[in-house]
Order: sequence, then structure tokens, then C-alpha cells
Amino acid sequence: MADTPTRPDALIHARGLTKLFGSLVAVDAVDFDVDRGEAFGFLGPNGAGKTSTMRMIGCVSPASSGELRVLGMDPAVEGPRIRARLGVVPQADTLDRELRVAENLYTYARYFDIAGPVARKRTAELLDFVQLGDRWDDEVEPLSGGMKRRLAIARALISEPELLLLDEPTTGLDPQARHMVWDRLYRLKQRGVTIVLTTHYMDEAEQLCDRLVVMDKAKIVASGSPRELIERYATREVLELRFAIDAAPDLDGKLQGLADRVEVLPDRVLLYTDDGDAAAAAIHQRGLRPESTLVRRSTLEDVFLHITGRRLIE
Amino acid sequence: MSGALKVLSHHLRLYRRVWKGSVFVSFVSPVLYLASIGVGLGSLVSRGPAHAIGGVSYAAFIAPGLLAATAMMTASSETTFPIMARVYWMRTYDAMLASPLTVRDLVGGELLWLCFRLALVSVIFFVVMAAFHTVHSVQALFAIPVAILSGLAFGLPVMAWSAKQRTDTPFALLFRFVVTPLFVLGGTFFPIDRLPRLLEDIAWLTPLAHGVALTRALTTGQAALSSALGHVTVLAIYAAIGIAAALVTFRQELAR
Ligand SMILES: Nc1ncnc2c1ncn2[C@@H]1O[C@H](COP(=O)(O)OP(=O)(O)OP(=O)(O)O)[C@@H](O)[C@H]1O
Ligand SMILES: [Mg+2]
Repeated sequence: MADTPTRPDALIHARGLTKLFGSLVAVDAVDFDVDRGEAFGFLGPNGAGKTSTMRMIGCVSPASSGELRVLGMDPAVEGPRIRARLGVVPQADTLDRELRVAENLYTYARYFDIAGPVARKRTAELLDFVQLGDRWDDEVEPLSGGMKRRLAIARALISEPELLLLDEPTTGLDPQARHMVWDRLYRLKQRGVTIVLTTHYMDEAEQLCDRLVVMDKAKIVASGSPRELIERYATREVLELRFAIDAAPDLDGKLQGLADRVEVLPDRVLLYTDDGDAAAAAIHQRGLRPESTLVRRSTLEDVFLHITGRRLIE
Repeated sequence: MSGALKVLSHHLRLYRRVWKGSVFVSFVSPVLYLASIGVGLGSLVSRGPAHAIGGVSYAAFIAPGLLAATAMMTASSETTFPIMARVYWMRTYDAMLASPLTVRDLVGGELLWLCFRLALVSVIFFVVMAAFHTVHSVQALFAIPVAILSGLAFGLPVMAWSAKQRTDTPFALLFRFVVTPLFVLGGTFFPIDRLPRLLEDIAWLTPLAHGVALTRALTTGQAALSSALGHVTVLAIYAAIGIAAALVTFRQELAR
């Protein structure tokens, strides 16, 4: 885009980045920059193109067109040199089921030319870091989903990467495991590791990401910090109204002027407003008697649903 | 250490767990073959005209054929299911490609691994052959590298094809309609000039026929340089095509 300033110093720099699979446009001319030390998120519905973008950044999938620089280098020319400085946790885990837990880290270190003693030391440290120290000699397959995910993260860290790419790091994890992963990622960020992640969890994006982009149908449709996005696309508060199924009133016109935006869903009505309590009072004045009312702050989820719509995209 | 060696060392690490069983099988199968077919069947066959099989005992005739055929069998089992597994089921290659390793390293590593497996199997086979007194010349030692090359000539093109497979059905078909017929008709058990003309011509298009012809000429001490070079050239061309094709199919499947 003409109005996007060039940022060649960025750790990842993409302009017009495009990925085609035959005639299918998986990533359609996206522009973004990721700075050193930040946590950057890709959000978007299924099939939006997040994984395709991550695979291009990870220098395993060649870009179809556009400009991409990672760590100041061109993936098409210097893929191996870039990958030497990356840690990658792919969406579908690629742990080696034929190797044991510690062996997975240890053999992986070989690929990065890490000497045996260093590899052994890091393996022990990293397994402790992800709380798998006591499982070091176990088979991989019987590990729970969350443990496999943590193992995959530990393996990605074996080369002490500057840039960590995580494709849905916490999908399928229980709340404890998710919080543990968040904590570990936060600590890595404190140490100066740049983190790029995709997620379907808005709380995760709000917790972890300094900046994020929302992708929809292969394009970037919004970008900014979580706070900025909420300010730009949502009001300060949301008033949620639920009506009894058999007593759902005819709302036509009755909500006029009460909120910046009104969304009528099958099970509830959302009023986007800066003052939820005032709107709730006004509703009572107009004679509406919802079964329940709830005033809450706007979240990234509201932004996401507003931008990408509530339909299911497949 | 080069990338291909790292891939090899990954495979060797896995092999360390099973090497005893694998080596044992590599010993037992030639012993069974040579004992039953060579000695048992041979005692019947030897009553026929010996000139038809070059004036050597039947055991000495089929042993080199079995050596080349065993290399082909070993190569096919190493380059079918395991390759699909690493591409697709287990995603071993995806993990490797997220490191500094490249598609060339993967193909190079598989080549080294295949060489290792073929060398192991062929050396063991050769030792068993010698124990059965079916080695008749010093040049016979060259049968080992020729057997390895025969395995590569068959296995590398198969490897390129296997990277594209997503189920094991095509492998069952490969074994039933290519590997087994070649094993039976490719010159291991009788000279292919006994085949009908058309089948003989087809047989000479396959790597196994050249592998068998050359290993046999070497172990029976009848190898002529010019025909040896011809066989080696054909085998090398198959292997080279296999490598080139594997670089293409691996890239298509893994670096999309
Ligand atoms: N290897 C491939 N071959 C063909 N099409 C592909 C391939 N990989 C992805 N696609 C297509 O590209 C589009 C984007 O897929 P991608 O995996 O990037 O989406 P995503 O945003 O990661 O989705 P999800 O949230 O479900 O993981 C989809 O239409 C998908 O079918
Ligand atoms: Mg994805």
C-alpha cells in the first residue's frame, strides 16, 4: 500500500506478500512489519491465511509474489541462514514419535550445529522450563496434548532463537496449561525474544500481543494494538440484554438512539455504547423488560466479530 | 557436519534400537535361500544342461542373482512406507525443514541412509555366499558395490514416487505388480534369454536385470569390462534420475 511507510529495519518486513495454491489465493498482498522484541499476533477466522503467512515467514513455503524480509534477509536466498535463528512451533505438531522426550530436543540441536554438551545442558534446562523435566525419558505419543505442545515449544527453543513463531500455541490446552504457556512466552519476551503467534483466543491476544493484525479472506482487515483496535472498532462498554424466549419483544425502533451500534442475535441483543448503565436505564424507561442485563467492557472479541462478521466461514 | 549427515545420524539413532534384529534377519534370509533353493532345488536342476547357466552350479548361479534381488527388496522397503511416513504420517521432514536443513539435505540424507542399509545387507549376503562356496573369483568383491548400486537404481526412483503417496495401497500394488514379478522373472532364477523375446526386452529395461547380470558375472569370474561398464551406466542413470526426481517431488510436497 502506498501509505504504508517502508520499515526495512524491521525484524520481519512484508509488502504485498502473496501466497497462491493453484488458483486459490491463501494470502492476498498483505503488508506488515514486526519490530525486534515485540509480540505480534495474527488473528482471523479458519482459512484466513494465518498459517500460510507463518510458513512463509518460517522460510519453508516460498512466497508467490511480493516482498518479504526476515531478520533483514531474503527467505528465497538465505532460507537456511534465517531458519538457523528461528524457533518454530507449527500448528500441527511435528514431534518425532520414534524418539523419546529428551531425544526430541537433543537430536534437534544437531540440526543447528549445537555441540553435544551444550545440547544436553539446554535440553535439561528447557524440559524444566516447560515442566517436563520428570518425563525426559518417556515416549512422546502417550503425552497429553498440552504436554506435547509444551514439548514442541521447548524444542523450538533449543537453538535460543531470536524470533519465535508459534501457530496456535495453546489450542486444545486446559486453562492451567494455557496460563503456563503464556507465562513462559512472557518470560521469553522479557529476555528479548521476538514472538509472532496466531491464535483464536482473544484473551490470549490481549494478554500477549503488543500489536496484532486481523486477517479475513486472505487479507489484513485491521491492525494495531489490542487497545487501539478496541477504541477504533468498539465502544467502551457493551450492554447485553437477554429476553425470555416466549416474551421476546418487538424491538423495532425501540432501541433507536440508545447506542452507537445495536446487534440483534438469536439469543441476545448487544448495545455498543460508552455508558452501559445509562443505556440500561433508558431501556427500562422505554418499557422494555429484559430477563437479564449485563454491562461489560468491550473486548477484542467484540472487535473481532464486528470486523470478520458472525457467519461461519469455510 | 553437512546437512545430509545430520539426516543420516537421525536415522542411525533410530536404527540403533533395532539393529540386532535387522542384522539377524539379513543373515538368516540368505542362509535359508541358499540352503533351500541353491542346495535343495539345485540338486534337481544340476541334472539339466549346465551350459545353460554358464557352466556353474545352480547355487553359484542364483546366489549373485539373489544378492542383487535382496538389494532391490531392501531398497523398496526402505523407500516406500518410511518415506511416506516422514513426509506425511509423522512429518519428520517438516520438523527438519524448520531447522537450517534443506530439501537437498533430506534427499542427500536418504541417499546416505539407503547406501548404509544396502551396504550392510550386501556385505552380510556376500559373507553367506562365500560360506556356501558360491564365490569363484577375486573380482567377486566388486559384486558388493554393484549390488548397492542396483538397490539405489531401483530405490531412488521409488523414493521420489513415494513422497507423493498418501495411503499404502499404491505400495501394495508396487510390491505385487513390480517388485515380485521382477524378483521372479528378472534373471535371478534363470537366464532372461529364456524368456519370450518381448519379455526379455522388457526385462533389460529394468535395473534388476542389469544388477543381476553384473553381480553374476563378477561372482562367477566371467565379467568383461565393456559389458560391465554398460550395466553400471544403466544403473547409474536410474539412480541419477531417482535423485533428480526426488528433489522435485520432495520440494513439491514439503516446500509448498
Ligand atoms: N498446502 C496447501 N495446498 C492447498 N491449499 C492450501 C494449502 N495450505 C493452505 N491452503 C488453503 O489456503 C487457505 C488458507 O489456509 P491457512 O491454513 O493459511 O488458514 P489459517 O488462517 O491458518 O486457518 P486456521 O485458523 O483454520 O488454521 C485455505 O483456503 C486453505 O485451504
Ligand atoms: Mg492455521
